[in-house]
Amino acid sequence: MSETTKGRQGWRAFVRSDGFVSVLAVVLSLIVGGILIAVTNKDAQASAAYFFAQPGDFFRDAWNAASGAYAAMFRSAIFNYEGATATEMFNPLSETLTQATPLITASLGVAIAFRAGLFNIGAQGQVIIGAAVAGFVGFRLHLPAPLHILLVVLAAALGGAAWGGLAGWLKAKTGAHEVITTIMLNYVATYLLAFVLLTPLMQRTGSSDPVSEVIDPTAVFPQLIPGTTLRVHLGFVIAILATVFTWWLLSRSKLGYRLRAVGANPEAARTAGISVAACTVIAMALSGAMAGLAGASQVSGTEMFVAEGIAATIGFDAITVALLARSKPLWVFLAALLFGAFRAGGVGMQTDTGTPVDIVLVVQSLIVLFIAAPALTRTIFGIRDRKKAAKAPKAPKSAPPAPPAETPAAQAATVEGGAA
Amino acid sequence: MQLELKNVTKAFGDFVANDSISLTVEPGQVHTLLGENGAGKSTLMNVLFGLYQPTAGEILLNGQPVRFSGPGDAMARGIGMVHQHFMLVPVFTVAENIALGHEDTKGGRLDLKTTARKVREISARFGFDIDPDALVEDLPVGVQQRVEIIKALIRDAELLILDEPTAVLTPQETDELLRIIKQLRDGGTSIIFISHKLREVKEISDVITVIRRGKVVGTADPSASSSELASLMVGRDVQLNLNRVPAEGGSPALEVKNLSVVATNGTLLLDDVSLSVAEGEVLAVAGVQGNGQTELVESIMGLRPVQSGSVSLHGDVLTGRPVKEVLRYGVGYVPEDRNVEGLVGEFSVAENLVLDQLDRPEIAGRLSLHRAAVARNASDKIEEFDIRTGSASAAASTLSGGNQQKIVLAREFSRPLRLLVASQPTRGVDVGSIEFLHRRILRERDTGTAVVLVSTELDEVLEMGDRIAVMYHGKLMGIVPGGTSREVLGLMMAGSTAEEAFEAAAGSAQPGSEENLV
Amino acid sequence: MSAQVLTPAPAPEQSAITAALTRAAKRPAWMLSVAALIAVVVFGFLAPHTSASFRLSATDAAVKVPPLVVPAVAFGWIVALLLIAAAAWAWFLATQRQRSLPGWAMGLAWFVFLAGLMVWLVGTANNPDISLVQLLTGSVALSLPIIFGSMSGALCERAGVVNIAIEGQLLLGAFGAALGGLLTGSLVGALVTAALGGLLVSALLSLFAVKYLVNQIIVGVVLNVFASGLTGFFAGTLLKDGENFHDMPKLAKLPIPGLADIPVLGPIFFQQTLLGYAMFLLVPGLWFALFRTKWGLRVRAVGEHPKAADTVGIKVNRVRVSNVLLAGIVAGVGGSYYTLVSTSEFSRDMTGGTGYIALAALIFGRWNPLLAACAGLLFGFVTNLQYILAQAGTAVPSQFMAMLPYIVTIFAVAGLVGKSRGPAASGEPYVKE
Repeated sequence: MSETTKGRQGWRAFVRSDGFVSVLAVVLSLIVGGILIAVTNKDAQASAAYFFAQPGDFFRDAWNAASGAYAAMFRSAIFNYEGATATEMFNPLSETLTQATPLITASLGVAIAFRAGLFNIGAQGQVIIGAAVAGFVGFRLHLPAPLHILLVVLAAALGGAAWGGLAGWLKAKTGAHEVITTIMLNYVATYLLAFVLLTPLMQRTGSSDPVSEVIDPTAVFPQLIPGTTLRVHLGFVIAILATVFTWWLLSRSKLGYRLRAVGANPEAARTAGISVAACTVIAMALSGAMAGLAGASQVSGTEMFVAEGIAATIGFDAITVALLARSKPLWVFLAALLFGAFRAGGVGMQTDTGTPVDIVLVVQSLIVLFIAAPALTRTIFGIRDRKKAAKAPKAPKSAPPAPPAETPAAQAATVEGGAA
Repeated sequence: MQLELKNVTKAFGDFVANDSISLTVEPGQVHTLLGENGAGKSTLMNVLFGLYQPTAGEILLNGQPVRFSGPGDAMARGIGMVHQHFMLVPVFTVAENIALGHEDTKGGRLDLKTTARKVREISARFGFDIDPDALVEDLPVGVQQRVEIIKALIRDAELLILDEPTAVLTPQETDELLRIIKQLRDGGTSIIFISHKLREVKEISDVITVIRRGKVVGTADPSASSSELASLMVGRDVQLNLNRVPAEGGSPALEVKNLSVVATNGTLLLDDVSLSVAEGEVLAVAGVQGNGQTELVESIMGLRPVQSGSVSLHGDVLTGRPVKEVLRYGVGYVPEDRNVEGLVGEFSVAENLVLDQLDRPEIAGRLSLHRAAVARNASDKIEEFDIRTGSASAAASTLSGGNQQKIVLAREFSRPLRLLVASQPTRGVDVGSIEFLHRRILRERDTGTAVVLVSTELDEVLEMGDRIAVMYHGKLMGIVPGGTSREVLGLMMAGSTAEEAFEAAAGSAQPGSEENLV
Repeated sequence: MSAQVLTPAPAPEQSAITAALTRAAKRPAWMLSVAALIAVVVFGFLAPHTSASFRLSATDAAVKVPPLVVPAVAFGWIVALLLIAAAAWAWFLATQRQRSLPGWAMGLAWFVFLAGLMVWLVGTANNPDISLVQLLTGSVALSLPIIFGSMSGALCERAGVVNIAIEGQLLLGAFGAALGGLLTGSLVGALVTAALGGLLVSALLSLFAVKYLVNQIIVGVVLNVFASGLTGFFAGTLLKDGENFHDMPKLAKLPIPGLADIPVLGPIFFQQTLLGYAMFLLVPGLWFALFRTKWGLRVRAVGEHPKAADTVGIKVNRVRVSNVLLAGIVAGVGGSYYTLVSTSEFSRDMTGGTGYIALAALIFGRWNPLLAACAGLLFGFVTNLQYILAQAGTAVPSQFMAMLPYIVTIFAVAGLVGKSRGPAASGEPYVKE
C-alpha cells in the first residue's frame, strides 16, 4: 500500500467522520443564512431587477450584503479589528463570554436530563424560577459579599431544582410525559413571575411596573477584569466549574452511571436494582439546578434586577446547544460559546448593518437539524454515505448474521430424535 | 395455486440470508420449511410476501413470474401470511383489523357491518367462535391467531404462509390449529408451514424442505425419522447430555405463599400461587408464554407489586422490599428478555458486568466508580465465562445472543447467591452456549443455591428441572416430579390439574403411540 | 412433595381484583370530593352577597333578551349540594360496585363546578355584570387558532408523527397570510400563502422526521425556533416598507341572515368569519374521516401499529408524509387568523405559544378531534374569561386565570382527570426491515 492511498483512505475516513459533518453543518447553515441575508438586501433586490443585463451586479451586491453582515458579526463577537483601544478590541469577546455564561449552565442542565433519557424542554421555566429566587435573595437579604453571592447561587440552584424536580416527580409518580409537563411548567413559571413582580414581595417600591428591586451590591457577581467596561463576570467561572462537575458526574460518578443506565435502558436499570423513579427526579432536579444557575447569572451577572423578560430565550437556546453538543459536557461548553458568539455578534450585526438578529435563530436551528441528519448533510456535499452500507446487514432482526444454531430447536430435535 | 421459487437469494450487505433457494409448492399441499431459528426461513417468507425484495432469483405463481413491490401486491395475487408476531392493531376491533387494507365501503363510509358478516361466515365454516366487535387486545393469543387466519382468508388467499404458528400455543391448541390447516388444505389451499418442531412437522406435512444457514440442504418425506430430520436441520449430531446428578434434597430456601397479582385493569395475572424450592434444587416452571410466569418471577424479585401473599427466603420476607434489597439478600436474576431487562445495550461489556454491583465497596466508592476495579472485574469475567468480545469496552449490543447472556450470568454469579431466578435463560442462544449456560446453572445448584428456572421450552424444563411446576392462566396447576411425560405436562399447560392430567394420560397411553407422546 | 396439587380458593382471587378496581375508581371519587369541598367553602360560605348578572344580548342585537341574574349565595349552595351528591355517588360506586362514575356524569359534574366558579368569579367582581354573549363569542374567536392547531396535531399524531411544531406552523401561517396579503391584496392569495407557510414547516418535519429518522420531538422543537427566527428576520426585512405592497385584506364577519339574530347562539355560530365556519366544518369532518372512513382506519393503523399496516399493503411512510403535509395546510390556514382576523399586521412571535396550547388541547382531548376542539374551546373560554373579568374588576389575579390551561393540562397528563392513551406508535419512526 503506497503512502498516497493510505493518505487518501485517512482523508476519506476524516471526511465521513461525525466531527467533519458537524463542521459541514455549521458551514451549510451559514451559507443558507447568507443567502437569506443576500436576497432580502435592498441593493441586491434592486440589481436583481436587471439580473439578465448585468448579473455581476447582483452577485456583487449579494456578496457584499452577506459578507458585510458576517463581518459585522465577527467584529461584535470575537475581535473588533476596527477598535481604537484594547478594551474596544476585546469587548466583543467579553460580550460573547457574557452571553455564553448562562447558556453554558442551562445547556449542561438539558444535557444531564438527556443523558438520563429525559427531554427537559422546561429549562426556560427553571431559569425563570432560578432568577426570581436569586433576585429575592439578592435584594431582600443583606449580607457580606462572598456569603451573599454564595447564597444567591445556592438559592437559584435550589429554585431551579425544585421546578425541574417537579416535572421529574410527576413523571416518576404518574408517568406524565416530561415534554408536556415541562412545556406547561414554562408557562406557569412565566405567569407566576409576572404575578409576584406585582406583589410587595418583589415589586420595586414606588413603581407600578412589573420590575423588582435592584439587588444589593454584595450580591453582584464581580467582573473578571475589574476596572474595565468588560462585562464578563464571576458567572463564567461558575460555568466552567459546572462544566467540569457535569463531566465528572456523567463519566466518573456512581450517580452518573445510574442516570445513564436509566437513560439508556430503564427496564434493565430497574431490574438491576436502580430506582428509576429516584433517578428521574434527581436528573430533573440536577437539570433544573443548572438552569437555575443560569437564572442567577442573569440577575447577579448582567441585569441586577428581575423583570418579566429576565430569562430571555436562554432555556430554549439551551436545548439547541445540548442537541448540537450531543449532550457531552465539554462539547456543550464549546457549543454554548459558539451560540454566545452568535448572540453577541447578531446584536452587533443588527446595529451595524440593519440585518435583523433573528437570522441567528435560523442559523442555529439549521445547524442542529443538519447535525441531527448527517446523511442529509453528506448528501448535500456529495459524500457517499458510509453508515447506510455498514448498517444494512444489521437491519433484519429476524435473521441475525450469526451462523451457529440459535435456539433450543436443536435440542428439541435431539430429544425427539432420540426417542424415535 | 402453484408456487415456485427459483434460485431466490436475499443478501443484507455482506450477509446472505437466503442463498439461491429453489422450491415448489403444489396446490392443496402442506409444504413445510424446517430449520432452526435464524436459518433464514422468515427472511424467505418476507421475500415471498413482498416485504423484502430478492437480491436475485425469481418467484413464479402458476408458472408466471411475478414481482411484488409490497405485501399489497402479494395479497392481490392470493398470498396470505400469518406472522410469527401477530400483525394486529391491539386497540382495533376484530372487524377493523380484518377490514384494514381491504375495506368494504358504502358511500364513502367504512362498512364494518359487511366485514363482520364475512367474519361470521368464515368463522362458521371453520368452527371458530369469534366476536367481530371484540377488541383484539382483550383476546387470548389463540383467538388472535384465528383472526390472523381470517384476515388471510377474507382476501381469498390461495396460498397461506404460517410462520412458526405454534410457538405461542399449548399442545392442545396446536392440535386444533393442525386440524384447521388440514381443513384448509383439503379445500385446495396451498400451505407453507414454518416450524422447527419435529412432532408437528411430521404430522402435518406433505413435503418437507430443510433449510440451514440460508440454504436448502435437502427435502424429506414426512415419514422420515425424527433423528434423520434433526440431523438434516442442525447439520451435525448434537448431544445435549448434561449427565446431571439428581438434587440432594436440602432444607426449603424459597417459600412463595398465596401470591396474587392483579393488573390495573382488574385482570388476575397471578392467582394464589404457593410453592417452595429447596436448597440445591432446580424448580422448573413450565407453561405457554404469558400464563403468569413473568408475573411470578417479577413478584419474587420485587419488580412488581403484589396484591396478597408473601415471598420469603430462608424465613426472611422479601415481599414489599425494593429490588435492590432483594438482590443484596443473595438473589441472582436472569431476566426473560436480556436486551430489555438484562443489559444496557449501549454500555460497554465492562459497565454491564457491574450493573447491579454498585454497592460493592471494591467496585464503587461513595461517589465515584473505581475504574480500575471495573476493568479488572471485566477481564476476569470475560475469561471465566468465555465471553467472546473484541474488548471489554465494546458495546454489549454488538455481541451475539449467547455472549450477551453470558454477561448477565457472569454478573449474577459475581456475588454469593442463595437463590437464582432464571427466566428463559437460553432463548435465542446458540447450541454451544446453551450447554455452557446449563452447566453453569447446575454447578451453582450444586453449591446449595435454590434455582427457579422458567422456560416455555419443554425440553429445557425436562432437562433441568428436579421438579416441574406448570402454570396456566396465572394459576399453578401443580408441581410434578422431574421427567414427567410430555403428555401430562401438555395437559397441565392447557389447564388440567396434575391429577387430571396423570389420569387422562394413563387412559390414553397405548402401545405404539410412544413417539407422539415424547 | 411430588404431584402436589394446589386448589385455589376463590376468596383471595375475588378480593384481590376488588381491591385493585376499587383503588382505580377511588381517584375520580377523591377529585370530586375535593371539588365538592371547594364548592362548599368557596362557592357556599365565601359567596358574595350579590347577584351575578349575565347579559344575553349585545346592545345592538336585533332580538333582545333580558339578562340572566343569578344570586351568588343560592347558586353556590346548589352547586355545592350537586357536587356533594356526585362525590357521594362516586364513592358509593367505587367502594360497593368497583366502578367509576359514568363519563356523562363526570362531565356534568365538572360543568356544574365550572358554572359555580363562573358565578362566584363574576359575583366577587367590582361590577358583577358581564356579557355572556361577548364572553362566548370571544372564546370561540380565541380558540380558533388553538383548534386549527390541534386538528393539525391530530392529523400528525394519529398517523404516528409527534407534532411539536404546531407553534411554528401557526406562526409561518400568520406570516404567510401577511406576506401574501400585502403582495396580492387578495384574501385568496393570503390564505394560499398561509397554507404554504404551514406546509413549509410540515415539509421540513417530514423530511427530517420521516425520511431522515431524526427524533420527532427534537425536530419539532428546533422547527419552532426556525420558524420564529425566519419570520422575525423576514418581518424585519421583507415586510418592511415594500414599495408595491397592497392594503392588507381582512376576513370580515359573514352573518347568516335570520339565524344570526338568534339570541346567544346566533352570534356564536352564525356571525363568523370564513375561518370560523371552516372550523365548524373541519372538526366534525376530521372526526368523521378518522373514525368512519377507510382513510381514517388506515391512518389510525399506521399510528398504532405501522408494521401491521405495512403487511396489509399500506404504504406507511407515504401515509405519514401526506398527513403531516395536510396538517401543515390546516395549521397554516389557522395561523392566518392572526393577520387576517385579529390584527392586520405581522409581529414577531405573535402566536405566543398557542401552538403549545393546541398540543395541550389535543392531549387533553385524548387525540379525538371532537374532544380536542372542546378542550380548545375551554382554553379559549378561560383566556377570554380572564379578559372580561379584568374589565369587571375581579379580585382574582389575571395571571392565575392565564395559568389555568397549562395547569389543567399537567393534571390531564398526570392522569388525574381520566386516563389518556395516545396512538401507540406516535414518535416512533418506521423503518422497513
